[in-house]
Amino acid sequence: MRLHAARLIYLKRAVFVVALLPLLTYLWLTINHALGANPIEALTRASGDWTLYFLCLALAITPLRRITKQNWLQTLRRMLGLFVFFYSCLHLITFIWFDHFFDMSEIVRDVWKRPFITLGFTAFLLLIPLAITSTNAMQRRLGRHWAHLHRLVYAVSILALLHFWWMRSGKQNFGEPLLLTVIVFILLAARVASASQRWIQARTSLADSRDAESR
Amino acid sequence: MLIKIPRHNDVLASEITPREIAISRRAFLQGLATAPLLASAWSAPALANEPASRLRLMAQRNAKYSVADKASSFTDATTYNNFYEFGTDKGDPALYAGSLKPRPWTIKIDGEVKKPLTLDIDALLKLAPLEERLYRLRCVEGWSMVIPWVGFPLSELIKRVEPTGNAKYVEFTTLADRAQMPGIRSRVLDWPYTEGLRMDEAAHPLTLLTVGMYGQVLPNQNGAPVRIIVPWKYGFKSAKSIVRIRFTETQPKTSWNVAAPDEYGFFSNVNPEVDHPRWSQATERRIGEDGFFTKKRKTLMFNGYPEVASLYTGMDLRKFY
Repeated sequence: MRLHAARLIYLKRAVFVVALLPLLTYLWLTINHALGANPIEALTRASGDWTLYFLCLALAITPLRRITKQNWLQTLRRMLGLFVFFYSCLHLITFIWFDHFFDMSEIVRDVWKRPFITLGFTAFLLLIPLAITSTNAMQRRLGRHWAHLHRLVYAVSILALLHFWWMRSGKQNFGEPLLLTVIVFILLAARVASASQRWIQARTSLADSRDAESR
Repeated sequence: MLIKIPRHNDVLASEITPREIAISRRAFLQGLATAPLLASAWSAPALANEPASRLRLMAQRNAKYSVADKASSFTDATTYNNFYEFGTDKGDPALYAGSLKPRPWTIKIDGEVKKPLTLDIDALLKLAPLEERLYRLRCVEGWSMVIPWVGFPLSELIKRVEPTGNAKYVEFTTLADRAQMPGIRSRVLDWPYTEGLRMDEAAHPLTLLTVGMYGQVLPNQNGAPVRIIVPWKYGFKSAKSIVRIRFTETQPKTSWNVAAPDEYGFFSNVNPEVDHPRWSQATERRIGEDGFFTKKRKTLMFNGYPEVASLYTGMDLRKFY
């Protein structure tokens, strides 16, 4: 199946709107006092959860494209990646606003003192260059370095998962962290598999050409 | 308008749970158990909040042991709970505690005592006059509520069983019944849930053996039919749905200390100066009050119960957290 360029634009718009639904849902729940006894905790958790969900979706694009050979999928990757950044910003805002009410010295101390926050905050910092260099112009300007830089997303994934595990360690409630770790592991393993496949192909074609020369 | 002010011990324990209601409630619960479709998440909250199941338990407010803070709403206090026997999410107890049968209920008091006792819950209610106390409740997770509990000082019970000279600690054991408590299937903690206090803490006048809240019997999700309340300690020290109180010579094992010794100590006194390894304990969010546009409030030493400080004279509270 090939997608017509015009249809692709509609698809992208639809994905954009769907990706905003979690935000709109939580805004609606907040306004209607429907987030339970501790709405602030609910918002903190939801924004963190959705950051991780979008991270999984963004990581799924490339393996999915390779398997299905649907190259148009690639055009969704940037938007999903930017939604990872968007929801991580919201998550950071809940921390700065709700947890510390903009008390900067307290925030700095907390980030430094608590390893699970240090990890989460580092993951957020690493997302910033990825968001900045997500434009076509930056991609062109950076050339092949762009791909190298954007491998940072693998470090972000691991840090974000550690942040999630650590957060849950007190309650020993590891169901969701485990599920997300398995998903991320599969998505990263798919990359390793295809990279080694390409490496083998490159070597065999190199060997073939050498064979041809020596003949 | 006639305002009826409940007198001290106005309602006799025998009047609290009319037998017909207790039996019809039991039948209703048993009906739920045999109709698994009805026992789904939909019917459980209806049961938990059903007016008929709210049995009045009026007692006079003891002003000496009541704080001036505004009480939390009944809805917040009954829908935002940590009671892992019904699931780890704070919404789970309200959804799933309908399967707990708080009557009939017996509680065993034994160990280092001269007069061990096995009491039916209704006999326990008659043991001492009930009183209402408005206490602060500070959860180790950094939130707090203010709840009007109904009960009597644990010291009343301690007096009856006459602890021996060997009794140095008191251990509380929560029910662990797979059939009534869906959360038992998960291995989050070692069941049954146990908690403990040093004898002087247990005998302190603030330590309340609690059978009700908001002028009614304890809702299931809040630890029906009997729990302990130790207001100067983090909430998890106050064991719910107690089936056994044992007096011991050695310090009892407590569930959270066994699960995560670096994070939860035996004493677990509310202390703004001793951080939890993963978050600060300096501040707290009062549920229903501290919202989006207010800073979290400062946590008070011993949760604002300075009268207990003498229990810990000479102890390094950083070491004995």
